Amino acid sequence: MSPDKIYNVLIVGVGGQGIILASDVLGRVAARHGYDVKKNEIHGMAQRGGSVSSHVRFGKKVNSPIIKAGEADVLLSFEQMETLRYFPFLAKNGQVILNDQKILPPAVFTGQQEYPAGIIEKIKEKAPKSVVVNGSEVAREIGNPKVINVIFLGILSQYLDIPANVYEDVLKESLKPKLVDINLKAFHKGRSLAS
Amino acid sequence: MKGELAVKELLSGNEAIARGAYEYGVRLASAYPGTPSTEILEYIGERYPEIKAGWAPNEKVAVEVAAGAAYGGARALAAMKHVGLNVAADPFMTLSYTGVNGGLVLVVCDDPEMHSSQNEQDTRNYAKFGKVPCLEPSDSQEAKDLIGEALNISEKFDTPVIFRSTTRVSHSMSLVETGSRTEGTVELGLKKDPVKFVMLPAMARRKHPWVEQRMKDLAEYAETFSYNIVMEGSKSIGIIASGIAYQYAKEAIPEASFLKLGMVWPLPEKLIKKFAASVDRLVVIEELDPFFEEAIRLMGVKVEGKALTGMCGELSVEKIEVALKGKSSAESIGSIDAELPMRPPNMCPGCPHRASFTALKKHKLYVAGDIGCYTLGALPPLGMLDNCLCMGAGIGIASGLARSLGDLAKGKAVAVIGDSTFFHSGMTPLLELSYNGGATTVVILDNRTTAMTGAQHHPGTGFTLREDPTICVDLEKLCESFGFNSVRLVNPYNVKELDKVLAEELNTDGPSVIIARAPCALLKTGRILPDKPLYINTDNCTGCKSCINTGCPALEYVKEDRVVKGKKFKGYSKINQSLCVGCRTCFEVCKFNAIEEAS
Repeated sequence: MSPDKIYNVLIVGVGGQGIILASDVLGRVAARHGYDVKKNEIHGMAQRGGSVSSHVRFGKKVNSPIIKAGEADVLLSFEQMETLRYFPFLAKNGQVILNDQKILPPAVFTGQQEYPAGIIEKIKEKAPKSVVVNGSEVAREIGNPKVINVIFLGILSQYLDIPANVYEDVLKESLKPKLVDINLKAFHKGRSLAS
Repeated sequence: MKGELAVKELLSGNEAIARGAYEYGVRLASAYPGTPSTEILEYIGERYPEIKAGWAPNEKVAVEVAAGAAYGGARALAAMKHVGLNVAADPFMTLSYTGVNGGLVLVVCDDPEMHSSQNEQDTRNYAKFGKVPCLEPSDSQEAKDLIGEALNISEKFDTPVIFRSTTRVSHSMSLVETGSRTEGTVELGLKKDPVKFVMLPAMARRKHPWVEQRMKDLAEYAETFSYNIVMEGSKSIGIIASGIAYQYAKEAIPEASFLKLGMVWPLPEKLIKKFAASVDRLVVIEELDPFFEEAIRLMGVKVEGKALTGMCGELSVEKIEVALKGKSSAESIGSIDAELPMRPPNMCPGCPHRASFTALKKHKLYVAGDIGCYTLGALPPLGMLDNCLCMGAGIGIASGLARSLGDLAKGKAVAVIGDSTFFHSGMTPLLELSYNGGATTVVILDNRTTAMTGAQHHPGTGFTLREDPTICVDLEKLCESFGFNSVRLVNPYNVKELDKVLAEELNTDGPSVIIARAPCALLKTGRILPDKPLYINTDNCTGCKSCINTGCPALEYVKEDRVVKGKKFKGYSKINQSLCVGCRTCFEVCKFNAIEEAS
C-alpha cells in the first residue's frame, strides 16, 4: 500500500441509528494510530429520521473531509435501502458491510411507494464479497441490543490496517466502566464475522 | 509553550471555535441557536466556565450583548448562522463605526448547499458592506487559531471582525493542537468616550472617513498576514482559494500553485498581483458568490472562476476535477438500478406539532408558517404550510393577508409559530397584529424548547444555557398585555378540542391567539407522554388511512385484501411498538374505534 494512501470509510443509515457515534470512535482510533484524520457529517434537519451519512478519511495528510463518488474503500451501511442510495460512493473494488435491517421511509409506511425488493441480491451481484450481518440478532446473542455499532466496528476493523488493540484502547476510554466488557466482546464478535 | 506537552485532539470546527474563545481570553459569548453554528455556544457552556455565556432571544441581541462586553474592554464573541446576521445587521453596520475596545468577533456560519437553511447567502458580502475584516478557516486547527487572530485584529484596528465558517468546516472534525488560556490585555472598565461611541450624525460623519482609512490599513496588513500564504507549485496554473474550497482544490489539483487566503476581506492586492504574475493561468475556486473573482478583476487582473465552478451549492473535489481536468479521478463501482423512495426528515413519533397540524388540517386553512421543526409540516402527507420566509415572518404575513383580503381571508388564514421563534422575532409582529387588527388567528406551537437545533433553552423554559434556573416567561400574560383578551390554551394531543377551539377563534372578527402547549416528544423533563404504545384492533380497522395521514413514523399501512364484518377492505394500519410513545393523535382521528390503549 502506498504510504500516501488515504483510507475512505463511508458510514450510512438513518438518523437515530448511532452512525455519528460509530464514526467518532473510528476517527479517534485513526488519530490514535498516528494518522491525519478528517470526518464529516450533516447535522440539523438530518437528525429527524432522515438519511444520514458520515465520512471518515485518514492517511498521511488529508485535505477534503468529504469522500467523493467512487472513492470509498468501505461502505458500512446500517440500513438496506440506504446502501443503494450511497452505492456509487464505493470504489470499484470497495467493500460493502451491511446491517440486515429495513427502516421504512414515509412514502412506504403511508402506502404510497414500495420498499425496493431483493436489495441484498443486487448488492452481491455487483460486490460479491459483501458482508451482510443481522446486527440485532448478534447483539441479542451477546446480551445487549445497544452494541450493534460496536459489532460493525469489529467487522470494519478487519478491512483497515489499524491493529485491534488501538480500537480496544479507544473503546475503554470512551465507555462507562460497566459497559467496557460487553462492548469488547461485541467488537471481537464482529472481527470474527468478517469474511 | 513553556514546557507543556502539545496535545492534539480530534475536534469539530465548532468545538475548535469554542476552544479558541477559551484559549484567547474571551470573557463573554452570546448566541441564538442556528445550524450549523449551534454547538459553538453549547461547547462554551459545557466546557469553559471562565466564559460568561448565555443564549440570547435572537442574534441582534446576541451581537449587542457581545458589543457591550467589548465596549467595556472584555474580549467577546457572538455566534450565529448566516441568516442570523441579517437579524443582527442593524447593530453590526454601526458597530463598524463605533469600533470596539476589547476584541469582538462575530462568528457567522454559512450553509452552502442549504443542508439546513432557507437561503445560500454569502457572508463575505457583509464584510465588504459593513467595512470590517473577515477571516475564514479551512479546518479545525485554523478555526481555533484564527479566533485568536480575529481578536488581535479587532483590538489592533478597533473594529468588529467577522469570522466566517461554513457547514463543512463547522461540522468536520480534524486534529487540533490545544493550549492554555491567556486573558485579554485591554483594561476593563466603563469607558466614557461619546465621540467614539455615540453615533449622532455629527460624530458619525467624523467616523466614516476613519472607517475608510481603517480598511486601507487592514488591506496593507493583509499583505503580510501570516494566514495569507503562497504555496509554490506548477507555473501553469495558480489557484486562489479560502476555507473548505481550498481543501477541495488542494486535493483536486495538488500540483497547482496556491494562494490560500485566511483573511478574505479586505484583499491583499499586491500579493494577489504578484501571485497572478507568477502563473500562466489564474483561477479562483470559491463557494457561492464570485466575491474574490470580481474584486480581483477590478484590480485589472485576468482571472477565471464562476464560469468553471458555478454559483449555486457547495463545491467538492469532484466538481473541481471536472471543471479543471475534465473528469473525476475516482473509478466508481457504479450504481444499482432501483427506484428509491426518498427519506426526508420527519416529525418524530409523538411530536405535538403533528397533533396541532392534524387539527388545523380539518379546517382547510391557509397557513403562514415559520422556522422550526414545524416547518416539516409542509411535507406530505400533512402538507400544511403555505409559506415559510424567515424567523418570525408568519404572523406579519397573516396580518397582511387578513387586512388586505378582508372577507376573502376571514376565517381561512392562520399563522403558526414555535415558542423559541416567537421569542426570537414573533413578539413584534404579534404587537403589530394587535395594534392594527385583522381577522386571523395565531397558533403558538409551544413545545417548551428550541427543538430543531437539538433542544436549547430559551426565555420560556425556565433554564439558562448552563441549566441554571431562571425566569420563565408567561406566554399567556405576555399575549394578554399585548391586547389579546382571551388567549386560548390547549393541549394539542386533544385533537378534537383544538379543532373546536380553532373553529371558535376563526369565527371571530378580530385577531386571536391560541397556545398549543405540549413539550417536545424528545424532552425527558416535563414529559406528559405516557410512553406506552397503542395497538390497532384489526377487527375494527377499515384501512381508511386517517391515522396514516397524520404522517407518524410509528404507523404503517399494510396492503392486504381482507374482509372485516362482511365488508371487503384493501389493507389495514399497524403500529410499530418500538416507536409509538402513546401520544393518541391517531386515536383522536380514528372513526372506527380501531386504536386501543394497552390494557
